[in-house]
Amino acid sequence: MSEYTDSSRPGRTVGLVEKKTFTFAGPPDRLRLESGAEIGPVTLAFETCGTLNPDKTNAVLVLHALSGDSHVAGYYDPKDAKPGWWDIMVGPGKGIDTDHYFVICSNIIGSCCGSTGPASVNPETGEEYGTRFPVVTIGDMVEAQKALLDHLGIDTLLSVIGGSVGGMQVLEWCARFPERVRSAVPLATTSRHSALAIAFNEVARQAIMADPNWNEGHYYSGKKPDMGLAIARMIGHITYLSDESMRLKFGRKLQNRSALSFEFGAEFQVESYLQYQGKKFIERFDANSFLYITKAADYFDLARQYGSGSLVKAFSRCRAKFLVVSYTSDWLYPTYQSREMVKAMKKNDLDVSFCEIDAQWGHDAFLLPNDRLDHLMAGFLKGVFDEIE
Amino acid sequence: MKLSDLRYDLSIIASWIEPGSRVLELGCGEGDLLHWLKKEKAVKERGIEIQESKVEKCIEKGISVLQGDINEEIQDYPDNTFDYAICSQTLQQVFEPRSLIHSMMRVAKKGVVSFPNFGHYRVRMQLALTGRAPVTKELPYSWHDTPNIRVLSLLDFQKFTEDAGVKIFKQAAINTGANPRQGRRTTVLPNLLATYGIFLIGKE
Repeated sequence: MSEYTDSSRPGRTVGLVEKKTFTFAGPPDRLRLESGAEIGPVTLAFETCGTLNPDKTNAVLVLHALSGDSHVAGYYDPKDAKPGWWDIMVGPGKGIDTDHYFVICSNIIGSCCGSTGPASVNPETGEEYGTRFPVVTIGDMVEAQKALLDHLGIDTLLSVIGGSVGGMQVLEWCARFPERVRSAVPLATTSRHSALAIAFNEVARQAIMADPNWNEGHYYSGKKPDMGLAIARMIGHITYLSDESMRLKFGRKLQNRSALSFEFGAEFQVESYLQYQGKKFIERFDANSFLYITKAADYFDLARQYGSGSLVKAFSRCRAKFLVVSYTSDWLYPTYQSREMVKAMKKNDLDVSFCEIDAQWGHDAFLLPNDRLDHLMAGFLKGVFDEIE
Repeated sequence: MKLSDLRYDLSIIASWIEPGSRVLELGCGEGDLLHWLKKEKAVKERGIEIQESKVEKCIEKGISVLQGDINEEIQDYPDNTFDYAICSQTLQQVFEPRSLIHSMMRVAKKGVVSFPNFGHYRVRMQLALTGRAPVTKELPYSWHDTPNIRVLSLLDFQKFTEDAGVKIFKQAAINTGANPRQGRRTTVLPNLLATYGIFLIGKE
């Protein structure tokens, strides 16, 4: 997903929030991963907003995309320039209304945003894990989040909501812990990566690994593979936009010049934009985390994991009520992939709603202000909440 | 919510549905009928609607709805998933009505079909007297921009069900006026005097 949305709208916010952490699987325990490897202790960063009701029936878990973090809404400090990454959706009176729901946003293992990942220090060696960090899966991420929910004393979630790689975690939650998920909203996501999506991720990873500073993943005491990570981010950004959004946003406009310079600098606005996004990204993200999380996304395959290859069989485990949303211009996870999921849910007689939102902004559309998504979300959550009352 | 809160033709359909049943509505619009049935008859509801803005209205009401084409979306459901499949004022816009009705009979035990009556005397008079394709309150489009590509009369539908091996359990010929919530049954010469026909159908 993109850098936090620039187009925040006026309105109430949840105000000040705090970055919290939860650590588990400390000695003698370890977290066993899908690969068979074990790791511990494991820390997850998370944020909560709103109030948990006495019956604990109003908890909503929000899961972020590839480069996101647990800071979903509000501000850490009154002087912060920007709120959390989904402040337009999460807050009082918003699509996910914190006046009614207790919102938890959890980070993921493998991340560099406060949770255990390749940039964390391995307590056994006293050094950063680097590429000695075990490969993690979307299932491992969800397993860790379940430990967080246990810690918070929340048995059943009113809803699990997330877009893109966050949407994969949503689907994994529904299949792995069906009895703990009342409803689910997978947005702009897929039950498995297409070859096209894997291809873009692989080129991005190659850019990082080809950077001489990457040093097989052990760069924490020296220069970082900034150039590789910036290029990886630029590739990602192309897939988050669309032909139409790029035409409208940039066209062939030149940046700070009126004529071609016949040099190799960033002349077109689109070049300048991508370079800017790359530069911003290296300030806040770890290259190894990018490798691990994209790998987890590529490995994710709900049908293989839970249905011996059949998506219909995979969804037969699920019990949640679903709202599936796709975007017309999303070519990373196109609508047909959402429709495949919906079809498999229908064949299992699951309660599913589906909406394809007409939007020109490509995959990133789910992070941009959109009244339609606000209304869908608010109506869907209210419907689910009313049913338990 | 009272039955009279619904549009008159929908209130008749609603009165036919057994409480607690499973209902699929094809072309459910903004979900007025399903919403009423969910609230008042505790049905398990599913809707299919092609327009994004109407899908939004349904979901805002808490109704389960899929955005898509009814002819395609109905295919995915296993046999006898529903007690009723409702196609309210949409059949006349369907390219292959026979195939759709067979699908309805496959996924549901019973079907409800309603449509504007092309046998109504005003329709007949317009064609007879002006020599032009009829444009009425119930079928308000010109020949070149109408979505209603399969106009039919009550008699046409009755004949169709015989040929298609479908049984009619109930039927209502109705006449509606300016207020959409008001109307009355047409018992005399229905194919000439009714503006709409509503049929409850099932397998033989």
